[in-house]
Order: sequence, then structure tokens, then C-alpha cells
Amino acid sequence: MTDEPLLRVRGLSKHFPVRQGLRATGLVRAVDGLDFDVRPGETLGLVGESGCGKTTTGRMLVRLLEPTSGSIEFDGRDITHAGRRELRPLRQELQIIFQDPYASLNPRHTVGRIVAMPLQVNGIKPPGGIKARVQELLELVGLNPEHYNRYPHEFSGGQRQRIGIARALALRPKLIVADEPVSALDVSIQAQVVNLLRDLQRELGLAFVFIAHDLAVVRHFCQRVAVMYLGRIVEIGDRADIYERPQHPYTRALLSAIPDVTQLGPAGRIRLTGDVPTPLDPPSGCRFRTRCWKAQDICATEEPALVPRDGGRQATACHFPEGEAVSTSPEPAGAGLVADAAVVAAEPAGRGVQANVEEVSS
Amino acid sequence: MSLSPVEGVALAEIESDPDASTPAAKGVVGRSPGQLAWLRLRRDRTAVVSGVLLVFFLLLGLAAPLIEMVYGIGPREQFQNLLDGFGMPLGYAGGVTGEHWFGLEPGLGRDIFIRLIYGLRTSLFIAFAAALITATIGVVLGALAGYLGGWLDAVINWITDLTLAMPFLIIALALTPTITLRFYGERGQVSSAFGVGVLIAVFAIFGWTSTARLVRGQVIALREREFVEAARASGAGLGHMLFRQLLPNIWAPILVSFSLAVPQFITSEAALSFIGVGLSDETPSFGRMIYRSLDFLQTDPAYVFFPGIMIFALVFAFNLFGDALRDALDPKSSR
Amino acid sequence: MARFLLKRLFSATLTLFAVSVLTFLMFFALPRDPVSSICSKNCNPERLERVRDDLGLNDPLISQYAGYMKGIVTGRDLGSAQGGRCDAPCLGWSYVTNEAVSDTIARVLPVTLSIVIPAAILWLLLGVGLGMVSALRRGTWLDRLAIGFSLTGASLQLYFVGAVLLLVFVYNLRLLPVPSYTSIFDNPAKWASGLVLAWVALAFLFSAIYARLSRAQMLETLSEDFVRTARAKGLAKPKVYGRHALRAAITPVVTIAGLDVGGALGGTVITETTFGIQGLGRTAVDAVRSGDLPTIMATVLIAAVFVVLANVLVDLLYATIDPRVRLR
Ligand SMILES: Nc1ncnc2c1ncn2[C@@H]1O[C@H](COP(=O)(O)OP(=O)(O)O)[C@@H](O)[C@H]1O
Ligand code: SF4
Ligand SMILES: [Mg+2]
Repeated sequence: MTDEPLLRVRGLSKHFPVRQGLRATGLVRAVDGLDFDVRPGETLGLVGESGCGKTTTGRMLVRLLEPTSGSIEFDGRDITHAGRRELRPLRQELQIIFQDPYASLNPRHTVGRIVAMPLQVNGIKPPGGIKARVQELLELVGLNPEHYNRYPHEFSGGQRQRIGIARALALRPKLIVADEPVSALDVSIQAQVVNLLRDLQRELGLAFVFIAHDLAVVRHFCQRVAVMYLGRIVEIGDRADIYERPQHPYTRALLSAIPDVTQLGPAGRIRLTGDVPTPLDPPSGCRFRTRCWKAQDICATEEPALVPRDGGRQATACHFPEGEAVSTSPEPAGAGLVADAAVVAAEPAGRGVQANVEEVSS
Repeated sequence: MSLSPVEGVALAEIESDPDASTPAAKGVVGRSPGQLAWLRLRRDRTAVVSGVLLVFFLLLGLAAPLIEMVYGIGPREQFQNLLDGFGMPLGYAGGVTGEHWFGLEPGLGRDIFIRLIYGLRTSLFIAFAAALITATIGVVLGALAGYLGGWLDAVINWITDLTLAMPFLIIALALTPTITLRFYGERGQVSSAFGVGVLIAVFAIFGWTSTARLVRGQVIALREREFVEAARASGAGLGHMLFRQLLPNIWAPILVSFSLAVPQFITSEAALSFIGVGLSDETPSFGRMIYRSLDFLQTDPAYVFFPGIMIFALVFAFNLFGDALRDALDPKSSR
Repeated sequence: MARFLLKRLFSATLTLFAVSVLTFLMFFALPRDPVSSICSKNCNPERLERVRDDLGLNDPLISQYAGYMKGIVTGRDLGSAQGGRCDAPCLGWSYVTNEAVSDTIARVLPVTLSIVIPAAILWLLLGVGLGMVSALRRGTWLDRLAIGFSLTGASLQLYFVGAVLLLVFVYNLRLLPVPSYTSIFDNPAKWASGLVLAWVALAFLFSAIYARLSRAQMLETLSEDFVRTARAKGLAKPKVYGRHALRAAITPVVTIAGLDVGGALGGTVITETTFGIQGLGRTAVDAVRSGDLPTIMATVLIAAVFVVLANVLVDLLYATIDPRVRLR
């Protein structure tokens, strides 16, 4: 894995001005300085509670939103502020799947028209004709190609999401941003759709930025995982590292929210108390400190940098990451009694989740 | 718990909603929302009756010259010999006979029936043309304002406010002769086609605002929807966004507003003719006839009756149909 | 709140300014020379020229407009032929009627007010009441009757209804005098009997529209969650309907009503023509016909002021009735 990244994001930020009347009265720091890479064919999970800026990030990546600062490089080209014309050729390689399968399909168009839209917009005429290509795509996502002339209202949520996937695949993209593609679906259907995406990813060698609000869905799918909190990445690493050696307290809290982990976890379930602070006025220093059980004075004054550990594959933004002795922890139990215990515990828990999903999908 | 009748109906309505789509799902080819609306429309008795009535009126207007041939009397022919010394039609009910079905105009002695048929033709033509033009202007400006927002939106909004603040009748009253005289000079013989054109232009200038407002609101509600974003993420341009993605989703309210705009223009045309704007006395027109008839209210009440009833029936049919169309397009709307 | 009001008033002023400029330009394009209608017979060129000078018609357009606007704000001195000093809301001098336009307006404005205000009260009460009743008794004969009434009313023409009313009550039954205006302060009974037909005709047509609108609004609110919740919580019917539903349903009605009344105050041209009453509307029509520019300007501006003020009022009312509306 030494090849150049397909997507390189540096210092990416989006601040929304909040208006009252004509005056701007504040800034919502929805996304505030993200750095990450996605290599060709790689799947990156972007995880965090609702409101932490995942959707905003996803929309900036496909340039539905203009970044406030930072840069996005795709395939070696800087697309941070590219106009519609410059973006056009890139759009074909960079697609998005939306969260809401009901809002994401035009109710007045047939399935055929919906899936063919990216082809028509870009003036692409596939060899066998548009209809043949669309039917091929429908088959690829597990839909009946005969349903070409049906309308979205005749399909279930899971089927609609498949239509959305077919549309995203139409241009043979290299990277797909999937914004919580299954969280609006029934649990039983979630696994089917995730499996479909995984199969497609493997078959077509697609790179993915897969957005989710919990770690359960992503575990099944992503090679790398980035955990976001209030517009920032607090921890990023390979799947095994994140699930087995989480170093950031927030990652641990998210992990323990997966039901099976809680049962087996050494420290019991970690309950995050308090609300997520507003991105209008994020806490000083470490943004997680208002809910962190390990917070110290330094956390309020100094913002922890996202520092790589273990040879650079895993990076954590915390002054007191797991695995380092914390002498004055106010709550020793919460500190997880040395990392090894957590590792041991997380292992079977992870399998439990996987088994669970598999069971449902079969 | 007992439900009040109101709640019962409301619930039934909500429950019946998925119903509308399930039978369609069984078919091999899906039914579009438009086809479903068409089915609902055809099942609605009011819609069918008013629709047939409208088609009848349309045919009457279109076939006016044909009717003139069969009827044997033209709209400008005068039958002075059938008037008494005071210019009042002889006989009963304003001179109704087998020859003159609706009687004669007092004074000039022209045949009311054939003038009404031609008035219908003028009226329908002006109303449809004005409704088409205003709908087009309104849709384009409203969609642009709603989709692009920013200063364009602000400007279009302000123009809308301005247009609404101008007293339409008075401005139209002044504008129409101004335009006419600019083209024809003080003495030129104004052709009736030109008069009609000026009226349509005046309607176009003042009539687009409501459609623009409607479309703007709808577009704003839609533009953040994910299917619109999906098209943008694929590189779609402004034209595709407006005409392929957005407009197909708002043609229902546009159609309803169009169908209700036509009778409004019929009414406005009559109102303008009534205060003496636009069409010359030569061109048969409802408003003009009623205006003249007011002078004969006491002596020849039948004269006010026929044009009054005719215009009522026409507008009534349009309103009925517009309502039914609204219901068919939006089954949840309350009737 | 104060800032909102200020902003609103500013944009209203801007609109009025634009209306005045547009009207000025439009009526200057009127091809009929206002002077020739003033002295139709035995007019020699010199006299025509003098009158033109008097009227300021030979000045550039901008200074004519500026003079006119200055007259409205501070008053101005017109030539002796135009009645001399003309005080603050100076709307100019009409050579057609030979009086100060402000005097004309002062004479005809009460007429239009007398027509519109009672009619508006009538049509609002009748329309909203009917709409509410038919929504609450949905599906009954009462509802059907109300629907029929409103569809009929919405399709009728004022001049036709007016003509029928005149025919029946004035000419045939002779129950009422021929419509005319008497000041309410002189003789209230005569005031009412002279205008009642106009009120009835207006109220009939407008209440039809309001019945339709308020019925639809009421039905929509009745099916909304908060009403159902209130009912489910066991609140008494009248309380729910009266307090919650009515309030939500009436808001859009208020908007339309404000605009309709504002528009009507600017001159009920058709009503006044049908019943032969000289109000603001008829005055405007006559002024256009005779090319009486100062009177036209005045009537158009007054009509626009009413519409714009009604707009501002509606916005304010909206904010007080429905707290969900944020003041932008
Ligand atoms: N257009 C916008 N204007 C102002 N604030 C916004 C806008 N879009 C998103 N936000 C704010 O940015 C934050 C992140 O939102 P989002 O990216 O949707 O979060 P997520 O997808 O992780 O739930 C939220 O606090 C949200 O309120
Ligand atoms: S930096 Fe401090 S507050 Fe932030 S996560 Fe680490 S220990 Fe908690
Ligand atoms: Mg989101």
C-alpha cells in the first residue's frame, strides 16, 4: 500500500455563518480542520454522533458544498474551489449515495430515468445503449431489470437505496461517498445493503468514504476508520487498531455503545453524560473535555494534536490516550485498567457483532 | 375512544393514501403520479361534468364562424327594423324570437346570440393566451429566484411587491390607450387584433406575480432535497436542474394555478371592457355588453341577463374544474 | 420588533417611490395633451402656451417630478391660476375640475371608505363564519350548501350581481333609493340605504372566496397533529377548535384579507361604476379619460399607499397572531 492517495484532504473546514436579520451573529464550525487520505480501492469509515459534521464533510468531498478553508485533492488535482466546468470530468469519478432513500430519488422520474441521469447529464452514450446499461446496473445492485419503467413510490426503502446505489455506479466512479446509506433502513435490510456495497466494492475495486453514526455498521465494511467529534477527527486508524486498541476515550465510548461490547467490556458500559456542545461555541482545548471522564486541566487549555503512534498507522488526538499511565485519573475504573484488558475484551465482542449481522443477512 | 366525525374523515383520508398506489404496483409497468392523478380525475363526477362543459365552450368559441354560417346572422348586422321608436326591441324578453334566440341589443339592434358566441371566442382566446404567457413568465422568474436565491431573488421579490402595489384597473385603463395611440396615432383605425394583443400584453405585465410566488416557494422547498443534490453531484447544469429535476415536481400546483388563472383573466377582460378599456365596441365582448346593458336595466332587463349568465357559466365551469383538478393532483388536499 | 418595523417601512417607502416614478413616466407618455382638453374651444396658441408654462409642462421631466414630490412633503406655491399656495400634502391643481386635487380626494375618499369598510366587515364575518361551520360540519348538507354558495359567488361578476340587485330592489320592488352617497354624519339612515346594495354585492362575492379559503385552512389545521393531540388529551371540543385550530387557520385568511381590503380602499372601480357612486375609483377612471395628470398621480399613489400599508400591517399582525413566524 504505497501508492499515491486517491483523495487527500488537508485542513478541511466548513463554517456556516448564522444570521439574525442582516448581521452575521456567529459561526457554526461544522467541520474544523480535517486531515485524511483515501487510497484507491480503500474504504474509510467516518464515524461520529449526529451533528458532528459528517454530512457536511461528505458534501464537501463531492463539492456540493464549498469548503471554507483547507484543500481537497482528488487524483492529484486540487478540487477545493473548482468551478462546475472544471469539476465536470471529476464528477464522473466521484459520486455520492444519500442517507434518505425517500428524498434522494425524484418521485416524478422512472427508475430508468433516475439511473440514467448521470449518463445523460454528462452526454455519455454507452455501447449497448443507455437502456441496456441501466438494466445492467439494476441487475448489479440486485433489482429486477424489468422494473425499469416503475416509479420510486412503488419500491421499499431498501430497494430505493439500491436504486440510489445504481445511480452512483452509473459513471463507473473511483470513489463513492456513502452518507449513512443504511441508517434510514430497517435493521434486517441494513445488513443486506451493506453486504451489497461490500461486494460491489470488492468486485469493482471502488474506494469508499462510508459515513455512519456508530461503529457497528462500519466495522463490517471499512479497512480504515476515522472517528469525528464536533467537527474534528479525534482518532483515525486501521480497523483492527480502532476496534481492538482504541486510544481515544471517545472511541472507547462509541465502542462500548455496541450492545455486545458492553456485555463483555471490562469497564462496563461507558455512558456519555451531557449533551454534545454546540458547534457555534465549541469548548476550548480538547472539544471532548466536557464529557470526558479523564479530563485534566491541560485539556481545557491545550488542544491535543492528532499524533500518530505505533509506526504511523493510528493517530489519536488526546493528551491522555489509553495505554499510557494516567496517574491522577479521577475515575480509575473508567481508565480501563491498562489497555490489555480492553483488547482482550474487544476481540470477542467484535466477532459477536459480525456474527449478528451475518445471521440477519442470510 | 370515539372519534369525532372530523377526525374519522381525516384518518380515513390518511389511511386511503397508500391505497392509491398499491393497485398500481401490481401492474407490469408502473403508473406515474401523473397517471394516477388522471385516473382520480376521471373518477370524479364534478370534474367530468365541468370538463365536458369546458370542452363545449371551447368548441363553441372555435366554431364561431361556422355557427355564424348556420345561424345566418353576423355579429355586426343591425336589425333596426325590429326596434321600436325608442330603439327598444319589439316583442317579449328583449326581442327573443326563433330567428334571434337571445333577442336584440337595444339601440343598434344587433343579434345578442351571435355576439355572445364571438364574445366567448375573444374572451377565451385572451384568457388562454394571457394565462399561458403569465404562467411562463411566472415559472421562469419564480424558479430562477427560488433556485438561485441571492440578489436575483431579492430583485424579483421587490418587483413582485411593486407590481402588486399598482392599482391594476387604473393603470390598465391608462396604459391601453397609450400603447394603442403610440402605434396608431390619433386617428388611425385600430384593428381588433391589435386591441386584443394590447390587452394580452397588459395582462402579461401584471399577471405573472402569483405564479412566480407559487413557483418560488415550491422550488425553495425542493432545492435542498437530495435528488436535486444527486443531479448536481453528477454535474447537471441549471437547465437540467430547473426543467428536468424541479419543474416535474411542481407542475401540479402550476397546472392548478393555470386552470384558475384562465377564469380570472376572463373576468378581468370583462371588467376592463366594462370600464371601457381595450376592445372597441366593434369587437364583441362580454364586459362591453354588460356595460351597455346597464343603461337599459329598467327598459330591457333581458339584455343584461344573457351575457351575465353566459360569463357566469363559463367562469363557474372553470372554477369547478380547477377545484377538481386540485383534488385529483393532491389527494390529501381538503375539499 | 422595532427594527423589523423600520426595515419594513423602509422597503415600503422604496416601493411607493418606485410607484410614483413609474406612474409619472407612464402618464407622461399619455399622448393626449392635457392642455388641449382644458380649453377645448377658442384656444389660441399663445394661451395654450401660457397654460403649459403655468402647469410646468415645459420644464424637464425631472424637475416636474421633483416639484410634485416636494409639494407632497412641504407644500408649494402654484401659480395664481392654480389657486396659489398649496399646503403640505399638496397633490397639485387640476385644470379639468378646477380645484386642488387634495380637495377632490378629501371629497371622494370618504365615499370609498364608506363602501369598503362596512362591506369588509360583512364579508369577513360571513365568509370566515361560513367556512368554519362547513369545515366543522364536513360532509353534511350545510357543508354542501356552503360549498355551492362559495363556488357560485366566486364565479359571479360584481357588475352582474349589482345589476340584478338594482333591478330587483330599486327598480322593481322599489324598496331602496337609487344608490348615492350621503355623509354618515349628515344622515346615517340615508348613508346606509344609499350604499347597502354596494355592501351586499361586495360582501357576497368576497365572502364566497373567504368561505372557501377558511374552510380549506380549517380542515388542514384540524388534521394537524397538535389539534389531534389536544383532542386526545381530552380537551373539550369548543376549546380546541376555538383556541387552537381557529388561530392557526385564520392566519392565512388575515393575509389575504389585508391585501384585499388594501386593494379595495384604493378604489372600487367596478362597484362605483355599477352603482353610479363617485368614489376614488370613479374619480381615477374619469381622470384617466380626461388626461388629468395630477388627479391620476394622486389616485394611483393613494391606492399604492393603501396596498403597501396593508402589507406592513399584515406582516405585523401575522407576527402577533402566530408566534412561530419569526420577524425577519
Ligand atoms: N447549512 C447549514 N447552515 C448552518 N449550520 C449547518 C448547516 N448544515 C449543517 N449545519 C450544522 O453543522 C453541524 C454538522 O451537521 P452535519 O454535517 O449534518 O452533521 P452529521 O451529518 O454528522 O449529523 C450541525 O451542528 C448542523 O446544525
Ligand atoms: S484530551 Fe483530555 S479531555 Fe480530551 S479526550 Fe483526552 S483526556 Fe479527554
Ligand atoms: Mg448526517
